[in-house]
Amino acid sequence: MTGTGPDEPVIEVRGLRKEFVVRVRAGRFRRTKRVVTAVDGIDLTVHRGEMVGYIGPNGAGKSTTLKMLTGVLTPSAGEVRVCGFTPVPQRTRLALRIGVVFGQRSQLWWDLPLRDSFDLLRHIYRVPGAEHAARLRRCRTLLDLDGFLDVPVRQLSLGQRMRGELTAALLHRPEVLFLDEPTIGLDVVSRQAVRSFLAELGRAGDTTLLLTTHDLADIERLCRRLVVIDHGGVVHDGSIEALHTRYGSRRLVVADLDEPLAETPVLAGAPLLRTEADGRRLVFACESATASTVVAGLAQLVALRDIAIVEPDIEDVVTRLYRAPAPVEPG
Amino acid sequence: MGSVTATVPPPISRNIILWFRTFTAIAGSGFRRYSTYRQATLAGAFTNTVFGFLRCYVLLAVAGGAGGIVAGYTPAQLATFVWVGQGLLAVVLLWGWTDLAERIRTGEVASDLLRPVHPVVSYLATDLGRAGYALVTRFVPPVLTGLLFFDFKLPDRWPTVPLFVLSVALAVVICFGCRYLVNATGYWLQDVRGPMILWTLGSGVLAGLYFPLRFLPDWILVPLWVATPFPSLLQTPLDVVIERDAWPVQSGMVALQLAWAGLILLGCRTVQRRAERRLVVQGG
Repeated sequence: MTGTGPDEPVIEVRGLRKEFVVRVRAGRFRRTKRVVTAVDGIDLTVHRGEMVGYIGPNGAGKSTTLKMLTGVLTPSAGEVRVCGFTPVPQRTRLALRIGVVFGQRSQLWWDLPLRDSFDLLRHIYRVPGAEHAARLRRCRTLLDLDGFLDVPVRQLSLGQRMRGELTAALLHRPEVLFLDEPTIGLDVVSRQAVRSFLAELGRAGDTTLLLTTHDLADIERLCRRLVVIDHGGVVHDGSIEALHTRYGSRRLVVADLDEPLAETPVLAGAPLLRTEADGRRLVFACESATASTVVAGLAQLVALRDIAIVEPDIEDVVTRLYRAPAPVEPG
Repeated sequence: MGSVTATVPPPISRNIILWFRTFTAIAGSGFRRYSTYRQATLAGAFTNTVFGFLRCYVLLAVAGGAGGIVAGYTPAQLATFVWVGQGLLAVVLLWGWTDLAERIRTGEVASDLLRPVHPVVSYLATDLGRAGYALVTRFVPPVLTGLLFFDFKLPDRWPTVPLFVLSVALAVVICFGCRYLVNATGYWLQDVRGPMILWTLGSGVLAGLYFPLRFLPDWILVPLWVATPFPSLLQTPLDVVIERDAWPVQSGMVALQLAWAGLILLGCRTVQRRAERRLVVQGG
């Protein structure tokens, strides 16, 4: 039987490529073909229990990668193994082992109430009745589904539908979850509900999850590992801390003073970034110095009214990453 | 929460009973999905009935002009042909199915591919459920109306009834296959309006909806019947139920339907496989 051993990676990708042919108008009747490379040689290994954030700007190839991993799109080149299967040729067998949510599309039946959709999924995935009932009960509690189980999907709000989609992706007890922008378009409350639910899933430590999102708060909350892709290739693969280190993100120390200083204080290893509020607020960046030495140093030099330590902002790092110039295309 | 995600593969069973259960569950959902559109059902049944009167009077006038029997049909057989045909029109669903094309255009077809059931199988099951619903709500009203207002030809031989049931089921399968193929052009064309118009025009004439195909000369009729699936969509079940031919011919026609059903479903599978290789799901 095909499957993965305990130590084998759940997802293994080598040199994955996807090219699309785009026809461009080149005259009144003439059209020329242009090859667009959406995914350009991605390598990725994900082990059981890892929760991986997969981010990149629009058009970077995130969704295309996910569609190739789930067997919807055929790769142009490269190798893919998910749960020991090659996704496209073994798609229907792989489908039993993975759960997928595409935030922009629905997998529920438009004209059926959620309850009927879930029941149909039970038959499609051949889940024994008792198991199905138990899992549905958990999702109902955690995602608060009870208020709209009998409403046809077409009448649900986006937040309600997304909670339904998550449940639908989990009812057959998948080994890997692929979530493509599950919080897109959701309000703060629904977003929080989805996030807490996923965090709850991750708590047991055996859920393998690949999450694409534009909301970096999702990633910070859920994923210890972050894969950043841009122009079809991986530009960072590691922890969020590693990303900060690599791109020189620094903690900031913000000091509020009673009176503006005549002379700027100099602290070793922590240059002054800027002054605000007519010199009554100073912002230092902790480079080689730690936040505590900066605070202690400041306290000796000036009379402090208030002090705050600001954690490095991931949005800031990622913006800088996305703005990095595109690699020169060969040929 | 460990009970929601797994760390081991699920047991795989290849049990035919389980497969059948999945199939009937999908068919059942097809029945329920279509039963939510009650006003459309009512309007459809009403329209079919009105057109039944028009078609029936035209054909009876033709028969009257020909001295009673035309192309081997008695007036009672013609009336039955028209009214059962009006009922079957919605059961086989000759027109108006663009679900797959629509899902290809919007990219929702990706969700169909993520299920552990082959898309042709799941669409077929849904369509059989839909046909079941149409049998109750769209077949019965026109046929009862016809029975009430016209002289009907009821079957004289008992094997005609099961043969008719089988023939209708096969017609549904063949028609589903044809619609699936027309919709699947969307994988290549994005916009299926062209193939859809061709199908709408062609299927009505060639399936025997506008006039019984037996009105045509043999040199057109025979190749049409054998080499195309169209007569199997309506003409065959109608000729079976009105006992236009003796039972060996009746059975032969249903056997031909069976062959076409197999061929078309095979065609659907092949087309689906080729389409998946070139599928592009745009945006997001």
